[in-house]
Amino acid sequence: MASVPMTIDEVEMRLRERRYIGDRGLATSIFLALKLEKPLFIEGEAGVGKTEAAKVMADVLGARLIRLQCYEGIDLAHAVYEWNYPRQLLHIRLLGEGDDRRTAEREIFSPEFLLRRPLLDAIDNDDPTPPVLLIDEIDRSDEEFEAFLLELLSDFQVSIPEIGTIKAKKAPFVVITSNRTREVHDALKRRCLYHWIDYPDLEKEVEIVRARAPEAADGLAREVAALVQGLRGMDLYKVPGVAETLDWARSLAALGATRIDASIVDATLGAALKYQEDLERIREQVPALVEKARGA
Amino acid sequence: MPEADLPTPAAPDLPAMRGGARRPGNQPDLLPRLGAFARLLHDAGMEAGPRRLTDATRALNHVDLKHQEDFRSALRAVFVSRKEDIATFEAAFDIFWAPPDPRAAAGAMPGRSRSLPMSPERAKAWASALGLSSSQLNREQDATTIPTSSSGYSAEELLRHKDFEQMTWQETEQVRRLLEQAPWRVAERRTRRLRPAKAGRIDLRRTARHAIRSSGELMSLFRRRPRLRRRPLVLICDVSGSMERYSRLLMVFAHAIARREDLEAFVFSTRLTRVTRLLRHRDLDRALDSVSKRVHDFSGGTRIGDALADFNRHWARRVLGHGAVVIIVSDGWDRGDPSQLTAELIHLRRTAHRLIWLNPLIGSDGYQPLTRGMAAALPHCDDFLAANNVQALDDLGRLLASLGSRPSRS
Repeated sequence: MASVPMTIDEVEMRLRERRYIGDRGLATSIFLALKLEKPLFIEGEAGVGKTEAAKVMADVLGARLIRLQCYEGIDLAHAVYEWNYPRQLLHIRLLGEGDDRRTAEREIFSPEFLLRRPLLDAIDNDDPTPPVLLIDEIDRSDEEFEAFLLELLSDFQVSIPEIGTIKAKKAPFVVITSNRTREVHDALKRRCLYHWIDYPDLEKEVEIVRARAPEAADGLAREVAALVQGLRGMDLYKVPGVAETLDWARSLAALGATRIDASIVDATLGAALKYQEDLERIREQVPALVEKARGA
Repeated sequence: MPEADLPTPAAPDLPAMRGGARRPGNQPDLLPRLGAFARLLHDAGMEAGPRRLTDATRALNHVDLKHQEDFRSALRAVFVSRKEDIATFEAAFDIFWAPPDPRAAAGAMPGRSRSLPMSPERAKAWASALGLSSSQLNREQDATTIPTSSSGYSAEELLRHKDFEQMTWQETEQVRRLLEQAPWRVAERRTRRLRPAKAGRIDLRRTARHAIRSSGELMSLFRRRPRLRRRPLVLICDVSGSMERYSRLLMVFAHAIARREDLEAFVFSTRLTRVTRLLRHRDLDRALDSVSKRVHDFSGGTRIGDALADFNRHWARRVLGHGAVVIIVSDGWDRGDPSQLTAELIHLRRTAHRLIWLNPLIGSDGYQPLTRGMAAALPHCDDFLAANNVQALDDLGRLLASLGSRPSRS
């Protein structure tokens, strides 16, 4: 079944069917983004499932996922299109004496010589269902790129001087994510619906571990989730996200653990903590943390 | 669900929601109520312009209004654009749409007031914001009767070297103008974005493009090089009791550079508060007024280590990208644990492009960095500079302007 969900309940249910456990607010935002044909801007700490939400939505809609990973200095040639210069050069050099140069020049600036990058692909395609466009980690790009996106997201069209303006037949479903390593400009955010994904509470996190790391035994899933919940309350440079909880549960399951204990937690602490200072500080407190998590 | 559970407007001057159809299209009452709600959000300091109002109306067409959580989520998705505004939104929503007492909305709403501060109030705001004593306030009034010096140049020279501690109100105003006109700009760094240039790496794209125009012959090589951008500045300013004589001028300094540089500003005494957005107000008095409203522990005790720990955990990842320069302003009088301060400084220095410590006491004769905090901090800063007069801030400016375009430390 791949149709646009008709109600918020349906969004919630279909996310869940695909083992994405989100809150009702996220389902509401997704539903409205679909209905209003507006981009959805998702913020949250690293590893809370922002990117995953877009991937799962592609599956819900039966649409192709087009992902644009942002980085500093990303420009139109990487994001929208570029002419295939080597091919153009070859083509023009292979012209015979009798060929008409002017026709040839028109030929080499035709769609055939165009290298299509994700944003053009999202707007100009023959997909039966409009694709899901994931613009990932927009905070890594720079202001110039944001300004360009602003234009693209308002009317879903791009213009290529040699070809003309290309407009989407139907707007793609756009999901933009940000880790807030810098503030994204208000003008861009204003064009989007916004949702902040928080860390889940214990029950929800247990549910997530069970859904996404089924190899972890039930008791282990609960204890790992409780352990991470405990760590989030500690004084850390980098608080572990849900992605870390899942990594940890999978690592422990791979080691054959069905419960946690101080020695195995100590050995695998690196799955959750990524700073040396954090590791050192938490090491001493592992027995107490484990005991608390086992009681949860 | 009974009718009574519908989201009900609380503002007494608004018409009550009638029964019957619940779609806004059939609900002539809902639009003015949404408008009133948008005004409330606006008054609380959020952006709630016509575009959002239109979106809200459209969004509510798709939501069952009986389901209050969905109604709330829909409005939140439309009106909120940053995490910081979520709490404001929730408070406004509770007051406006679901109050226990319908009179609640008529009462005080947290957030900014719209009336322009009057002159004596402004003076009071200054005083409370920056820890001025009443005697200093009086000095301000006296200052108007002091004849201005006939020689502008020498007066300015004197002012440049006068300790902030000894300045009158009127002199502060002149200092503000001096700071705003200071000629330096923060140094640039190389970005990853490339720009056409006369020299540099070969730009294959443009070169090929030109070759195509000349029938495939490479007639000329085009080049490009990294674009330069100014480094962001992060100012972390101590406004505790021992700094009170300096914090006023340092805030003036922060406001002056916030106008032209990419500045993130934080103040702390016992707690860290981000004041970046507040300082962006064009008008200095209004900017400082909003800072004082936000910061509750002006002139309290100092816990530098705690403040930096808070910064490292909650802000560093957000504001230290792009080769930021961090400036800590403090006299180092710290009631906290020096080993914590050391640990946090080591971490901060690793994540910042450059770590500068400004100490207003350096200017005083015979000063030695002997406070426990300062002694702990000294080995972990790249620069240790004075900040007691305009000249010192100018020196800082020159240092900022001279930072290289590449990482300075290995």
